[in-house]
Amino acid sequence: MFRFLIGRLFQGMLVLLALYTITFFLAKAMPGEPFTSEKNVSAETKANIRKLYGLDQPLWKQYFVYPKNIITEGSFGISTSKGRPVGDIILQSFPNSLLLGLCSLAFAIAIGVPIGVLSAVRKNSWVDWTCMAIAMIGICVPSFTIGPLLQIYAAAHIPGLKVAGWGNLQDVLLPAFTLGLVSAAYLARLTRGGILEVLSQDFVRTARAKGVSPTKVILKHTLRGGLLPAVAYLGPAFAALISGSFIVETIFQVPGMGQHFVNAATTRDEFLLLGLSLFFGFLIVVMNLLADLLTGFLDPRVRLAGETE
Amino acid sequence: MSLLDVKNLKTYFHTRAGTTRAVDDVSFSIDKKEIVGVVGESGSGKSVTCHSMLGLLPQPPAKVEGGSVTFDGQELIGLPTSLLRAIRGKRISMVFQDPMSCLNPYLRIIDQVAEPILIHENASLEQAESRAIEMMKKVGIRDAEQRAHSYPHEFSGGMRQRVMIAMSLVTNPDLLLADEPTTALDVTVQARILEILRELRDDLGVAVLFVTHDLGVVANIADRVVVMYKGKIVEQGTVCDIFQNPSHPYVKGLLACRPSLDTKYRILPTVDDFLKTEDQADGSTTLGERPDAMERLAKLQEEEILDDPVEKPLETLLEVNDLGVHFHSGGGFLGKPPETVIAVDKVNLTIPKGKTLGLVGESGCGKTTLGRAILRLQQTCRGSVQYDGRELIGLTQADMLEYRKRMQIIFQDPYASLNPRQTIEQTLIEPLLVHKIGANRGQRRDRVVSLLEEVGLGAEFLLRYPHEFSGGQRQRISVARALAVEPEFVVCDECVSAMDVSVQAQVLNLLRELQGKRNLTYLFISHDLSVVKFMSDDIAVMKQGRIEEFGKANEVYENPQSDYTRELLEAVPRADF
Repeated sequence: MFRFLIGRLFQGMLVLLALYTITFFLAKAMPGEPFTSEKNVSAETKANIRKLYGLDQPLWKQYFVYPKNIITEGSFGISTSKGRPVGDIILQSFPNSLLLGLCSLAFAIAIGVPIGVLSAVRKNSWVDWTCMAIAMIGICVPSFTIGPLLQIYAAAHIPGLKVAGWGNLQDVLLPAFTLGLVSAAYLARLTRGGILEVLSQDFVRTARAKGVSPTKVILKHTLRGGLLPAVAYLGPAFAALISGSFIVETIFQVPGMGQHFVNAATTRDEFLLLGLSLFFGFLIVVMNLLADLLTGFLDPRVRLAGETE
Repeated sequence: MSLLDVKNLKTYFHTRAGTTRAVDDVSFSIDKKEIVGVVGESGSGKSVTCHSMLGLLPQPPAKVEGGSVTFDGQELIGLPTSLLRAIRGKRISMVFQDPMSCLNPYLRIIDQVAEPILIHENASLEQAESRAIEMMKKVGIRDAEQRAHSYPHEFSGGMRQRVMIAMSLVTNPDLLLADEPTTALDVTVQARILEILRELRDDLGVAVLFVTHDLGVVANIADRVVVMYKGKIVEQGTVCDIFQNPSHPYVKGLLACRPSLDTKYRILPTVDDFLKTEDQADGSTTLGERPDAMERLAKLQEEEILDDPVEKPLETLLEVNDLGVHFHSGGGFLGKPPETVIAVDKVNLTIPKGKTLGLVGESGCGKTTLGRAILRLQQTCRGSVQYDGRELIGLTQADMLEYRKRMQIIFQDPYASLNPRQTIEQTLIEPLLVHKIGANRGQRRDRVVSLLEEVGLGAEFLLRYPHEFSGGQRQRISVARALAVEPEFVVCDECVSAMDVSVQAQVLNLLRELQGKRNLTYLFISHDLSVVKFMSDDIAVMKQGRIEEFGKANEVYENPQSDYTRELLEAVPRADF
């Protein structure tokens, strides 16, 4: 177990390094620089600003300075568009995205898994077809359609629920529902497939021959193996959910992290872009690790790399 | 009154392609404490009969169309599932064929073995678990207390089957339905499992319905035998009656076509020598006896061979010296510590031209790896392979090409080893193109047609795909593919293991016939000692990567020198009285 964790930590660092390198050079490859669009500024001031942010250094130096600052000072640079430290921006907006993401995940699991199980148990019946049709709609209809529809419905029928804004705990409901719908739909389809796969296996027939009741066949003999595909999907999906969505945040006016991704790109805010990318990469690495640990827990045959018998 | 009475049971499968009468008017009975063997080839309906009784078939497509199954005075057909569930696992238990896939990989052994008690009896968890462990000890699982808490994948195949048996008997059922319980196991393990079943029958007084395709096994364990063919029972009776005095032509054929350790035929009889089938318009088949069966058999016996009185000096075709194959695993970056498995360990062999060397051993002994290493389909780490005087190890791909033409292989599974997206013509022409045989398309085509005819198929099959053929036909195609480039040496790697005995006899005869015609040299790899005996001039017995014994076939079988060979031979179930 310890060897496995050490190994994965190492891999994670390599992933982040590669991510940093690609993001850094892509950002540099974009036309223009953070301050090229500023008009009415003298050439001298511009040169001073560039010097302040270290943009006058040769490319290779800039490439090494940023990670050096992260390690030595814990600094992710200063946002060129907001004038604030990138770390502060992330720290301020991430809790909102985290809360929203956790709620939408809980919603996705609570809806998606039971629907998937139900579909699998009633395979090829109208229950199955209805559930899968709804799941298909959930995947196909974009959040900028679902979101406003929900707002209209809530405004007309649910008194006391604000359709947008962030402050009360209940404000999380509508955006969480909108954000979680796609994941719920994917989960339903993956769970259905996983359960059907396991149901077709010989040991399920063994269980039936032992006199196990249909409910227990599902709960005790099938669910654990049937959830494996869903767990593999949940790792990266969870990271995506808690790192914010520009569209959902905009529709429901949530002060989350998603907006910064888009703003950083449009304002050529290199340091914010790098900081956000690395943070997102870090979340992905951690969530995948958690998903792998969970898989190892669910399936006793999986031995994590580095474990010995 | 007997314990179980099956009367006129009919189970049909209704699919888009039509109705298959999987079980067609089957009647038999089992008494208390009796072991009844149900024998038949694949598709004969023996498993479906078993599953029909407990309502375990997928419905649809399966449907019980008629008949009755009375168990201890209670009718099972049409019984509501909730009542049937109370019988399943409590009064009638099942053991399935493949112990690898029939245990739940996600649950601990103890949870699975104790489960039937918890479902059917009012027992506490502690009671259930202690009874489960007791039963596991009874079927010969050592350290049952500790091992009970591990998962199925930590057990070997034989141990898993013991777990299955323990699980099915833990509730003291009256009847055990055992569906091919030893088919996936090695002979020595199989012998042990059969022994356990017999002991438990005496100890616990459980009746057993033992389904198998293996006549030897049935002779070994059953009191009475039911022989099924195409959904019908063709004959039933006591073991002695069936084996000594079969009356139905199919049963006669089945008994004759199976090579035993004492077979003296040069060419095996086949079921077709005895049985005449006629398909009727309504989809059923009538079975009749060939009037000339006796003459056919007599003719085969005439061809019985006597050993050459004078041993001619033989020319060596293949010589293997000190060959070793090691597998390495782990050792990756921060991964598992490296491990080395020695699959083939310092093996020495010689095969004379035109002869057959039989290579026997149990699963995992390295016989397949050795066969592949000889053909250089597998990286070796030491030793030499000399073919016709030339060292093969170390040859470049280009130099090896010539030997690829001279050495061929027939694989075990004709379903997996033919490319499903190539027609038979494409499959057979490809090696001709690789080795630049035949001047043009027409010539190559003629050659392929004559090949197909040689293996008993015809030109009309050229444009078909593998899935359109039966297992036996596919293996004939595999044989044709191997022979397309006119090799001198063919490795037959378990090439009849997946087949029914009647088909096996045909393929073995074909291989024999081709050997005579083309002066082929075979390395015949199999786990089945009787088949190897039938095919081979010399025999090598392999165990854990090493050759345990190597010598003339007759000598090895009649006077085995090593303990392991003796153990293997004793474990072979015999069908003679």
